[in-house]
Amino acid sequence: MTGLASPLRATAPAAGTTPGTSQGPPPPAGGGTRGRRTALLPTAGLVLGALYCLLPVAWVVVAATKSGQDLFSTFTFLPGDGFTDNLADLNTYREGIYWRWMGNSVFYACLGAVLSTLVSAFAGYAFAVYRFRGREAFFNVILTGVLMPPVILAIPQYLLMAEADLTDTYASVLLPLILSPYGVYLGRIYAEAAIPMELVEAGRMDGAGEWRIFQRIAVPMMSPGLVTIFLFQFVAIWNNFLLPFIMLGDDEKFPMTVGLFTLLKQGASQPSLYTLVITGALLAVLPLIALFLVIQRFWSLDLLSGAVKS
Amino acid sequence: MTQPRQGARRSYGVKAAPYGFLLPAAVLFALFFALPIGYAVWLSFHKVEIKGLGLGRGARHEVWAGLQNYTSALTDSEFLRSALRVLGYGAIVVPVMLGLALLFALLLDSERVRARSFARLAIFLPYAVPGVIAALLWGFLYLPDVSPFLYLLDALGLPQPDLMDGGPLYLSMANIAIWGGTGFNMIVIYTALRSLPAEVYEAAKLDGCSELQIALRVKIPMVAPSLVLTFFFSIIATLQVFNEPMTLKPLTNGIPSTWSPLMKVYNDAFTGGNIHAASATAVVLALATFALSFALLRASNRRTTQGASR
Repeated sequence: MTGLASPLRATAPAAGTTPGTSQGPPPPAGGGTRGRRTALLPTAGLVLGALYCLLPVAWVVVAATKSGQDLFSTFTFLPGDGFTDNLADLNTYREGIYWRWMGNSVFYACLGAVLSTLVSAFAGYAFAVYRFRGREAFFNVILTGVLMPPVILAIPQYLLMAEADLTDTYASVLLPLILSPYGVYLGRIYAEAAIPMELVEAGRMDGAGEWRIFQRIAVPMMSPGLVTIFLFQFVAIWNNFLLPFIMLGDDEKFPMTVGLFTLLKQGASQPSLYTLVITGALLAVLPLIALFLVIQRFWSLDLLSGAVKS
Repeated sequence: MTQPRQGARRSYGVKAAPYGFLLPAAVLFALFFALPIGYAVWLSFHKVEIKGLGLGRGARHEVWAGLQNYTSALTDSEFLRSALRVLGYGAIVVPVMLGLALLFALLLDSERVRARSFARLAIFLPYAVPGVIAALLWGFLYLPDVSPFLYLLDALGLPQPDLMDGGPLYLSMANIAIWGGTGFNMIVIYTALRSLPAEVYEAAKLDGCSELQIALRVKIPMVAPSLVLTFFFSIIATLQVFNEPMTLKPLTNGIPSTWSPLMKVYNDAFTGGNIHAASATAVVLALATFALSFALLRASNRRTTQGASR
């Protein structure tokens, strides 16, 4: 990852429509003759791909309506009428621990992503705007963190946390996730692309301190990129499994992923838990899907993958 | 307002500022990356004289073990088998996933295609589903009493394989990764496609190229850098597969607790209680990842710098 200096061009147009870039969708209106015929084969290919991706989601919606017996005896995609029962079971299971897991996941993901975005913004800004000794060396050292297999970190992190008497605490799951090498990388890319050095210089001429320049000039200009970093981190922490799985023993502190995993594991001996697992999985997936549907209009995908591109 | 003094203070501020902005990242890096990595390396060169879990403090003697942990890690047949499994799994996942991602990206980018935004969103959607939950959903779809695929095979009078054992297990496991990863890679490639200059297509069209020819001869070569990048990330992700086999494990007897190298590491550390052996294996994995990454990056850098650097 050395070609970082020439960052994305895709930052400038924040919206999905990049003027003058290739042929994208056929010209709207006016040129009615061109968009007239549908290309059947490509459309069919895309629809097939979409159906493949929706299949497990469709299944979990149907399966959550089945009672324990129906699950293994009726046809997969035949809905049952047990959804409210399943929901009630899930609510009462171990005094609603499921909702506790959901709350924990929200807590880890929100707080972790906010802190991570802040740290990434600071670091990215420093790398992009200042020339100082050891800049590239430190940047590359942080970047290698991307390549580090999670387990090589998680085992010693666990042992060190144990030394500090911090295992099985919220902090043990939260703290190691705040620094994200990928977030710092994105922070630098966005800062380089979005902040003109002339503005920083102008700020200095006007007598503004470095912190003030960061707050008043850099943050507003970086904000679309910061949103992207936040979402990346949110999804990454929400999806995280290994670290909480290793760190936590008390299931009151489990995030959703670890909670559902333990339920599934118990299901091997108590198949009645399977309906809970399935209903729980549905309820765990829905908020993220809803979030995606809402944010996809704000979340510029150009921005997202433009940075990955370079 | 004494101009000179302020100037002096300001230049001091400018000098110190980058270090201030980098402080949080540096502290977190030291505590949660550098220290654990150093500790893992230290552990890998030591062994405990007293057997047992030895995770807490107290009476345990750690003595220098030299390369002993490494030689036993590298000659451990379980480890070699897990590495081979993951290679086989990766040989399915990487080409199929990237092939589909490229295909869908090209389809999205072609003319007169309908259902574009629906397909883009649907195919990207699995990115929002945590690996554990994805594996859980597919796991149920693989269970003989639930699976629509086995139902279909049965209806056609074909034999029903066990989807979670032996050869089919590789396909089942690969399917989960392909399902989860295609959308993200598709977006990366699609974005690269859309940032290509329109003139290239115009020229190709004037020369009488068909859509298919343009895709093959113009588009694919021009998005080669993003293909290299997605390839690179897919390989790393493959080496580190953990959550999905771990989640499927309770549903079948076909997945040993050392199915993937990271599962082996986890198992050694937390079930077998041999953190020193686990650390050695983890270090080997990390080194393999680095070696592979550098080789790939070097190869791709040479490629892209040879090509037009825009």
